[in-house]
Amino acid sequence: MFYNVINPLIHIGLLMAMPPLLPGVINKTKAFVAGRKGPPLLQPYFDIYKLLRKGMVISSATTWIFQAAPVVTLAATLLAGLLVPFGPFAAPIHFTGDLILFVYLFGLARFFTTSAALDTGSSFEGMGAAREVTFACLSEAAVLLGLLVLVRLSGSVSLTPMLLAPLAHRPEAPVLLAAAGLFIVLLAENSRIPVDDPNTHLELTMIHEVMVLDHSGPLLGLINYGSAMKLFVLSALVLHLLVPFHIGVPVADWVLFLVEMIAMAGVIGMVESFMARLQMRHVPTLLAAASLLCGFGFVLMVR
Amino acid sequence: MNMSIYTMLASTLSMAISGAPGLLFSRRSMTGQWIATLLNLLATLLGIVALLAFVSGGYHSENVAWPWTLPWGGFAVGIDTITALFLMPILGVSLLGSIYAMAYWKQTQHPGNGRKLRFCWGLMNAGMMMVVLAGDGVLFLMAWEIMALAAFFLITTEDHNPCVREAGWIYLIAAHIGMIALVAMFVLLRLTAGSFDLWMTIHSSVPQGMAAAIFLLALAGFGLKAGIMPLHVWLPGAHANAPSHVSALFSGVMLNVGIYGLVRIGEIMTVPPLWWGATLLILGAGSAVAGMIFAVCQNDYKRLLAYSSIENMGIICIGLGLATIGRTCHRSDLVLLGLGGALFHILNHSLFKPLLFLGAGNILHATDTRKIDALGGLAGKMPVTADLFFMGSLAICGLPGLNGFLSEWLIYLGLLRTAIAAHADTLVWISLAVPALAITGALAVAGFVKLFGSVFLGNKRSAVVDHAHDPGAGTLVPLAILALGCVALALFPELIIRLLVSAAHAWAPQMIASTASFGSLAPLQEMAKLNAGLLIGGTALLLLIGIVRQQKIRAAIPTWSCGFARPVARMQYTGASFSRMMAQLFTWMIPVKPAVPPEGCYVPQPAQWTQDVPDTVLDRGLIPGFALVQRLLERFRPLQNKPVNVYLAYMLAILLLLLLALCF
Repeated sequence: MFYNVINPLIHIGLLMAMPPLLPGVINKTKAFVAGRKGPPLLQPYFDIYKLLRKGMVISSATTWIFQAAPVVTLAATLLAGLLVPFGPFAAPIHFTGDLILFVYLFGLARFFTTSAALDTGSSFEGMGAAREVTFACLSEAAVLLGLLVLVRLSGSVSLTPMLLAPLAHRPEAPVLLAAAGLFIVLLAENSRIPVDDPNTHLELTMIHEVMVLDHSGPLLGLINYGSAMKLFVLSALVLHLLVPFHIGVPVADWVLFLVEMIAMAGVIGMVESFMARLQMRHVPTLLAAASLLCGFGFVLMVR
Repeated sequence: MNMSIYTMLASTLSMAISGAPGLLFSRRSMTGQWIATLLNLLATLLGIVALLAFVSGGYHSENVAWPWTLPWGGFAVGIDTITALFLMPILGVSLLGSIYAMAYWKQTQHPGNGRKLRFCWGLMNAGMMMVVLAGDGVLFLMAWEIMALAAFFLITTEDHNPCVREAGWIYLIAAHIGMIALVAMFVLLRLTAGSFDLWMTIHSSVPQGMAAAIFLLALAGFGLKAGIMPLHVWLPGAHANAPSHVSALFSGVMLNVGIYGLVRIGEIMTVPPLWWGATLLILGAGSAVAGMIFAVCQNDYKRLLAYSSIENMGIICIGLGLATIGRTCHRSDLVLLGLGGALFHILNHSLFKPLLFLGAGNILHATDTRKIDALGGLAGKMPVTADLFFMGSLAICGLPGLNGFLSEWLIYLGLLRTAIAAHADTLVWISLAVPALAITGALAVAGFVKLFGSVFLGNKRSAVVDHAHDPGAGTLVPLAILALGCVALALFPELIIRLLVSAAHAWAPQMIASTASFGSLAPLQEMAKLNAGLLIGGTALLLLIGIVRQQKIRAAIPTWSCGFARPVARMQYTGASFSRMMAQLFTWMIPVKPAVPPEGCYVPQPAQWTQDVPDTVLDRGLIPGFALVQRLLERFRPLQNKPVNVYLAYMLAILLLLLLALCF
């Protein structure tokens, strides 16, 4: 009874407080592999705080959509985070069919972000928006195929039973294939190497970074926070497939979840350190490969 | 009793004659238009009264039959829940279109074709109502033909324009090919059922070949009207070249009539073969994905909206196919979710597609061009139209918070239930339609971000934008009413849940009890609460931004964009460049004809890149196909153009042949 109240509170607290830690861990990992000291672990928190205190410079070509987009993106990502279970605990919001809401909330965020990019009337932002919407078509197929594997495994269409199902089964090939496919989608959706380089602002490499060139001050702070939260939510989802273990004691399970998230950020940092960015024309191939992996996982479940 | 059906017949009559009095008035006077709009209003009010009587009467179907003097059939009409559901869009969109036309297609500004347009508008709406009400095959075909011909004259309203004429011809040919298929189908139905009474369940002893022929003919005839790929070839041209409120009627209402036929055909066998539902499902999924891919690559915003209609009809067919498969396999959950989702999507589509087309009418009226790449920055000049159009775009992409999401959600739930291992494993392949639907959703986002972003946002790309302004209230009120309808269905889906369950019960009475509910299958109330939260939260956030921005904004300057010193409007992404990446992914389906810049110079020369996206089925398939047939038939030309003696010789030869045939 006590845990029924405290677990959702911890869930919401982690969802709001922990996300900026992940980019910090990724940057620290990359610096460590490169032989540097790297920025402090908590630097993203300071950056967001600094940006929230600044003033904004707004392009005169933009409309209300430009200022609404970061807020709507953050709200959609927050709501999506409330649908995903963390660790072996149920999500605060769960009902039949919430996996579709989960996928489409990111679609809502994408609509606003790409509209805000076109709002500026700049060629760079338009280019990023065009790439974003094209790659989204391919990654949606992979996401739904991966979730289909979980639907079949769990016999349910709600995210909480679906993602907690691998706990009850031994790690199986379909789940691992779906995990691999969804990990590729995670890299694509969060603008990580090999799909996009979050560090540069060069034309060749930009998908997500370029769409937010004109946002400044608090809007940019919200964007950074929102993208960290998206990384957090999608990592929490993929973790259920990669490491479906739990200890049984609630406090220990929360600590295990924290450790798993930081380890996941470390793994992403490793991937970023050891891989180079793909040529833009090969990204559809990568996403199609992710779809195939998830598709094969589904076929294995069905055979 | 039968109050509902008589009132509906009166409504149909009022609708049919609404355009006629206008023919008696001079072409410079507005009286005819006022009379037409008032008669349309009367028809809609009578229709609403009839529907309320039907609903309060407990959804009991009512039938009326009178004999007539034709040798076949009789005047049999009936109203049941499915009919009522399909009548709602006809009544609503026709009224809103008439009100819109009072400002958009004023008789005084269009003296040459205004009266013809309103006459055919009334006839077309009455034809559609009669098609949906008809209980007799001959009456159905007569009403169908009236609807199709009236639609032809509506498309060719501006017949001084050669593109309009060509679109009209293609529509007419397609409509009559469909008509032939439907006539053949009704003849076969008459042979199996014994009478022209419609939608009787045919006996299961009917040979498989006959039932298959009926289904395929129905698919051809109704699919042509609904715009299922590859039978969609008439749709983009017709919807793009018609006046905007006519396009709204076509997209929002006329396509539904094709779906009505497909719904009714699913009823005629108690246990249809599995391939019926599978065909509908696969055609629907293909239509949805391919339709939206074509939409994303269009350069004309009305053609984009037309292809998007094809996509939505594909989604509805997925739901219908699922329901038919559910009927075959005795899965009442698939029937409820599939049919409920499909019918809900029809209602939703009839709300947001007219919203988008009427908004497109506003854009066309303000800028006089249909090219996306000539516009830009219209949101500053036409803020109300832009906001309402944005709401329509969010709704049509099926994004959470508005009504489009709810209907797609129901169809998703139905498809996902086939993947659950507890039930029959033979249906698992159906869940592969789920990624297809997801791809469609992402493509819809791409298409409508392109449309909204290139037309309303950014900087102007040409001077046509300079004089644009928000039109008067006459054109904005219908848009606002439709947007309000979208929000109402998003927040209060329980308004129509009873209607959907009752329609499913009427469609499959043995499987769905009249007291069934969505409750355990799809928690619509929960979703409505979430929608409410999203909408209220969204509005609150926008107000917050409005308050905060005053303190926080330091300067308003031209777009920085990584340090461009002198940004030019031509530097921004056009609609064609936005969709170029998508077109490159699908070159096997979309043969894009880019204009290649000159090469081989030391100094770069001025160059231009254009992306022309023809309709593959029409321009690569049908037109060369028909040209081939024409070339083959021209071989027979030497038989014609002869002097009279040769024709007499032909007649003599045929006569001799017939005499010889009589002997043997």
